[in-house]
Amino acid sequence: MGQISEDQVRHVALLSRLELTEDDVRHFAHDLSSILGYVAKLDELDTSQIPPTSHSLRLENAFRDDEVGASLTNEQALANAPESEDGLFKVPPVIQDGGGA
Amino acid sequence: MTVLNYNCHERTKDPSMPAMSKYEPVIGFEVHVELCTATKIFCSCPTTFGSPPNTQVCPVCLGMPGVLPVLNRRAVEFALRTAMALNCNIPERCNFDRKNYYYPDLPKNYQISQNYACIGTGGWLDIETPAGTKRVRMNNVHLEEDAGKLIHPEDPGADYSLVDLNRAGTPLIEIVSEPDMSSAEDALAYMNTLKNLLEYLEVSDCKMQEGRLRFELNISVREAGTERLGTKVEVKNLNSMKTVLKCIEHETWRQTRLLEEGGRVMQETRLWDEAAGATRAMRSKEVANDYRYFPDPDLVEIHVTPEWRDAVRAHLPELQEAKRRRFIEEYGLPEYDARILTNSKPVASYYEAAVAAHPNPKALSNWMMTEVLRELNAREVEPADFALKPAGLAAIVRMIDEGRISGKIAKDVFAKAVESGRDPAEIVQAEGLVQVTDAGEVEKWVDEAIAENPDMVEKIRAGNTKTVQALVGQVMKKSRGKANPKIVNELIAAKLC
Repeated sequence: MGQISEDQVRHVALLSRLELTEDDVRHFAHDLSSILGYVAKLDELDTSQIPPTSHSLRLENAFRDDEVGASLTNEQALANAPESEDGLFKVPPVIQDGGGA
Repeated sequence: MTVLNYNCHERTKDPSMPAMSKYEPVIGFEVHVELCTATKIFCSCPTTFGSPPNTQVCPVCLGMPGVLPVLNRRAVEFALRTAMALNCNIPERCNFDRKNYYYPDLPKNYQISQNYACIGTGGWLDIETPAGTKRVRMNNVHLEEDAGKLIHPEDPGADYSLVDLNRAGTPLIEIVSEPDMSSAEDALAYMNTLKNLLEYLEVSDCKMQEGRLRFELNISVREAGTERLGTKVEVKNLNSMKTVLKCIEHETWRQTRLLEEGGRVMQETRLWDEAAGATRAMRSKEVANDYRYFPDPDLVEIHVTPEWRDAVRAHLPELQEAKRRRFIEEYGLPEYDARILTNSKPVASYYEAAVAAHPNPKALSNWMMTEVLRELNAREVEPADFALKPAGLAAIVRMIDEGRISGKIAKDVFAKAVESGRDPAEIVQAEGLVQVTDAGEVEKWVDEAIAENPDMVEKIRAGNTKTVQALVGQVMKKSRGKANPKIVNELIAAKLC
């Protein structure tokens, strides 16, 4: 497994909205590289005959029926919100560029 | 159901517009469709439109820690239906991935979507264009969750935004086409055909004004006749089909001008600015799209067994072609009528409800194709919201068939019913419009008309048959349309010919 560069750390920090000092960047580059090195041990296993999976459960098709259940009240929904207004969550301003959905 | 007619040349030509003939647009679509399930995709909150903000939310769709999403089976079946109708391959296994990004309309900071293994891949949709049938290839159909709604305060100086998460977690399918369209006409045919298909599939109510059906465009230009694709631009915030068409015209012009001036098109996401009638670059460019997709460990694999796939296919609702054939066979309608009535699922359903109430398919078809479609188009309403219900239309035709009202009165009753929402039978009763078939009563009007129009009488006696109709008209006028025209004709013939 390759080394994690300081630039990669800065990039991931930006994507995660984390503010890191130059000291942090150096430390994380080192620590993340060791973690990847440790996990790379798994590469020694021959998995060519094992189908890829995203979890360890032997489960598939866990569904629910399309039946309406209880929702929270507006008061409950907003109980943990630092700020709200007219039943809405109040957040720092966002430019009107639309979400990703 | 309104078929939008749009003239691509109606906008005033910009004098700086370069010769357009050299370049043509290359167009593909990403279409988001909110499914009409009762509940959200991963929790049992309802999906009703227009409820008070943040009242259809729970710990799952609010993204609270420690909650687990559980997949709505019907959402999967609706996605399967759509993928099948679009001729996609249906892989036996698919799963959900997390698309990571920070935006307050998504409380989890990731959207659950499908990236690596979609519910449907490949496929196609045939569209009818002025140049003939065109096949638009599909890239994929996938399932995901919708985001919440951001509300920006009217005050431009406001330093905050507001969030309503009622919509967060509503099941969406995204239909991604290949860039196989090359004009606004192609794009319009694609949008109409797809909307129509989705309505037939009964997977979404497709109300664009409620955001149930949303079109995103990708568009590039290339020299007409060449094969190589240019750099594409994605455009968001297109709220209607008309806007999409305006945007195609604008982007074709913008990109052509850039190339003609020796510049190049940047690959980017742009936003349609309705007020400006133009697209503009999104300002959040500094954070490149880097979604770090990975399989969602909270959700297990979907296994579409051959049995399940067959069962979904066997229960597909009746689609347009089948309905058209059935209208011809079951109702004895001409091909022409059947085609028009099945061009839109809601119109076809309205018609069938009317026929069920009064089995005179051809007469009802005539009323549908003329009166009803004209009013729906003029009023820009969906059949479901039309003031005259199918039973009301059936009642009008029944009254004609039973000889209670004349065709002429029926048109007036129709107009009144459409305007007021009143029951046609009640209108006829209340306004005394019942046709008079009593020969004695009709004779009084005939005698009056004869007495008042000696010149006509003379011409009829001289053998001028055309004047008979003029005199019948006079009688009808006297009776305010209520005299039975057949009896009027008979009486005039007996008296004068």
